[in-house]
Amino acid sequence: MTVAATPEATAAIAARTGRPSLRHRLAERGIDRVLLLLVPGVLFLVLLFVYPFLYGLQLSFAPEQGGPLSNYQTFFSDPYLRDTIATTMWIGLPAALINVLASVPIAYQMRGRFRGKRTLTTLLVVPITLGTVLTAEGLIQYVGPSGWVNKFLRDFGLVDQPLILIHNYWGVFFSLVITGFPFAFLLVLSYLSGIDPTLEQAAASMGAGWRQRFRYVTLPLLAPGLAITFCLSFVLAFSVFPSANLVGDPSGSTRVIAIAAFHAAFEQYDYSMGSAIAMIMGAVMLAVIALVLGWRSTLYRGATGGKG
Amino acid sequence: MQDQRFSELRLAGIGRTFGAQAALRDLSLTIRGGEFIALLGPSGCGKSTALNCLAGLLPLTTGSIWLDDRRIDGLPPERRGFGMVFQNYALFPHMTVRDNIAFGLKMRKVPKSELLRRVDDVMRLVRLEDHAGKLPPQLSGGQQQRVAIARAIVYEPPVVLMDEPLSNLDAQLRLAMRTEIRRLHQTLHLTTIYVTHDQVEALSMADRLVVLREGIVQQVGTPDEVYGDPANRYVAGFMGYRNMLELDVARVTGTEAVVTGQGVRFTGRAFGQLETTRAVAAIRPEDIVVEAAGPNQVQVIAEVVEYHGHEMLVEARLPGGDPLFFRTEKRLAPGDATTVSVPTDRVLVYPADTPAALVEEVA
Ligand SMILES: Nc1ncnc2c1ncn2[C@@H]1O[C@H](COP(=O)(O)OP(=O)(O)O)[C@@H](O)[C@H]1O
Ligand SMILES: [Mg+2]
Repeated sequence: MTVAATPEATAAIAARTGRPSLRHRLAERGIDRVLLLLVPGVLFLVLLFVYPFLYGLQLSFAPEQGGPLSNYQTFFSDPYLRDTIATTMWIGLPAALINVLASVPIAYQMRGRFRGKRTLTTLLVVPITLGTVLTAEGLIQYVGPSGWVNKFLRDFGLVDQPLILIHNYWGVFFSLVITGFPFAFLLVLSYLSGIDPTLEQAAASMGAGWRQRFRYVTLPLLAPGLAITFCLSFVLAFSVFPSANLVGDPSGSTRVIAIAAFHAAFEQYDYSMGSAIAMIMGAVMLAVIALVLGWRSTLYRGATGGKG
Repeated sequence: MQDQRFSELRLAGIGRTFGAQAALRDLSLTIRGGEFIALLGPSGCGKSTALNCLAGLLPLTTGSIWLDDRRIDGLPPERRGFGMVFQNYALFPHMTVRDNIAFGLKMRKVPKSELLRRVDDVMRLVRLEDHAGKLPPQLSGGQQQRVAIARAIVYEPPVVLMDEPLSNLDAQLRLAMRTEIRRLHQTLHLTTIYVTHDQVEALSMADRLVVLREGIVQQVGTPDEVYGDPANRYVAGFMGYRNMLELDVARVTGTEAVVTGQGVRFTGRAFGQLETTRAVAAIRPEDIVVEAAGPNQVQVIAEVVEYHGHEMLVEARLPGGDPLFFRTEKRLAPGDATTVSVPTDRVLVYPADTPAALVEEVA
C-alpha cells in the first residue's frame, strides 16, 4: 500500500531538508520503492506466460490452409478431436472432486495438534515428490494384470480374470488421485487451520455435536477454500498428459485433450492446430473455474444472508 | 434438554495439568444455584483452564464436577448445556446477529415460533434489536460483546461461564457492560461464573470471589471478606494493598502484631503463622490518614504527587527510605514533610514468605 504524501507535507519536508528525497518525490507520484520488488516477477510473468500465450493465440488463427477460424472449425466438427473435451472432463472432474472430498475429513481430523502430526502429514504429502512417471511405474507394479492386487485377488479366489485397472480409464484416474491428493490435502489443511478453533468450541458449548459443528460452522467457513482447492485440483487433472499415455489408453478411452494438442503439434507438425487446441483447452478450464467461482460467490452470499 | 434448575454445582478437587505443568490444582467449591462467582487472578494463573474444564472443553486430570447428584465431568460440552462467553467472543462470522443468537435454540430443536420469540426477547434484553440482520464484523466491540452474551443466555443454561468478557473493551464501555451483566444476572438469576483479572470488576459484580494464584486457590469469600480481610499477602496485594512493608516482628499477642523497622513501629492485625521474625505489613493507600492524631504515626516526606481529581496520590519516603503510598485530599507538594497515621485494624501483618502451595491451610 502506498500512502501518497500530501503536497503540504512534502513541501514541509522539502523546506526542512532543502530538497525532497527521491523517496518522497516518488511517493508524491504514488510510487513506493517497495513496488520495485515486483519488477522481476512481472518480467518473469511476461516472458514465461504472456508472450507464449499471445504467440500461441495469434498462431492458432493462422492455419496453413483456410480462414483464420478454420482450426477451430476443424476441432469442433471432427468428433475424434471434439470428444477429447468430454473425455478429459470425465477424468478430470471426478478426480478433482475425489481429491477435494477425500482431503476434507482427513484434514478435519488432523486440524488440531497431536503427537506425530508432522510424520503423518509428511506421509500424506510424499506422493508429490514421486512425479507422474514414478507413480505410473508403481501403478503398473501394483495394480497391473500381474501386479500384487490382482495376484492377491486371484489367490483368494475373488476373481477369475485379472481386474483391468491400468491402460484404461482407471489407470489414469488412480494416477491423478495419487499425485493430486497431496496438493488438495495441504490446501484444505491450511484453510482449516485458518478457522478459529474457538468457533467450534463455542458451537459445542451451545449444544452442537460434531456433525452440527461441521455442518453449520466449519463447512460454511471452509467452502470458499474448497472451491479454490477444487479449481486448482481440476486444472492439474485437466492438463493430464504423461499418465494418460503411460497408464491410460492414449488412443481410446483416455485420449485427453493434451494428447490431441501434442499429436497435432509434434506428430503432424501443425503448430497452428496445436495452438488452437491449447487455446480451447485453456478456455474450457477457464469456463469451469468461472463456474466454480460463481458458485463460490453465491455461497458466500447465502451463508451471510441468514437462514432459519 | 437439561434440567435448568439445580441447587448446587459442586467442584470436587478439580485439577488440570499440561505435561509437567499444573495449570489448576485441587479446586473445590460449592456454587449455589443463582450465585455469581468471580474467579480472580493475574494472567496465567489458571482461570481460563478452570472455566474450560467446567465447560467440558478441557478434560480434567483430577477431581469431579457435580450438578446436584449428577456427575457431569465426563460429559462433552454439548451435553453439559452450559452457556459460555469467550474472551475473543468467538461469534460465527458468517451468521447474522440473529442467527448467532438463535444457534443454541436451533441445536435444541426449539420450534420455530418459540425460537423467534425467545431470540427477539433476548435481543431486546441486550438492546440489539436494531442490529439483528448485521454480521458480527459490522458491529462495534460492545455490540459484539452483547451478542456473545445473548447467545450464551438465550437457551437459559443452568450455568453461564464468562472468560474475561470485558477485557477487550475500552474503559467507558467496560463500566457500562459491567452494569449490564449485573442487571442481566439480577433479572434472570442465572448461575454465573465470571473470570477476570480486574479486582474492581470482581468485587463489584460477584456474590463470592475465588482468588487464584499459580493454579491454587488463595481465598474464597464475599467481596467484603476478600477486600477487608485478605487471607495472605498475595491476595492483599491483589486487593489494592499497595504498601507492602517488610518489617521485623516485635511481638504477637493473639490477633495483634507489632512490627518494627524502617524507623516505624506499627501495630496491626496478625494473619497466618507469624513465627517468622520477618513479616509484611500491608496497608492500602486510602486507609492512611494525613495530619491527624492517631495510632501508628510516622513522619514521611512527600516525593511524587499525582493529581487524581478530588484527591492526590502521594508517594512519600519513610524514615528508613522505603516508599509509602497514600491518598489524601490535602494539597501536598513534593518535599513537604508530614505526619501520617493508620488505624490498627487497617494494618494487616502477614508472614514474609507465602509460597503459593502453603497457602491453602491458611485460606
Ligand atoms: N493448551 C495448553 N498447553 C499447555 N499449557 C497451557 C495450555 N493452556 C494453558 N496452559 C498453561 O496453563 C497456565 C494457565 O493458563 P490459563 O488458564 O490460560 O491462565 P489465565 O486464563 O488465568 O490467564 C498457563 O501457565 C498456561 O501457560
Ligand atoms: Mg485466560
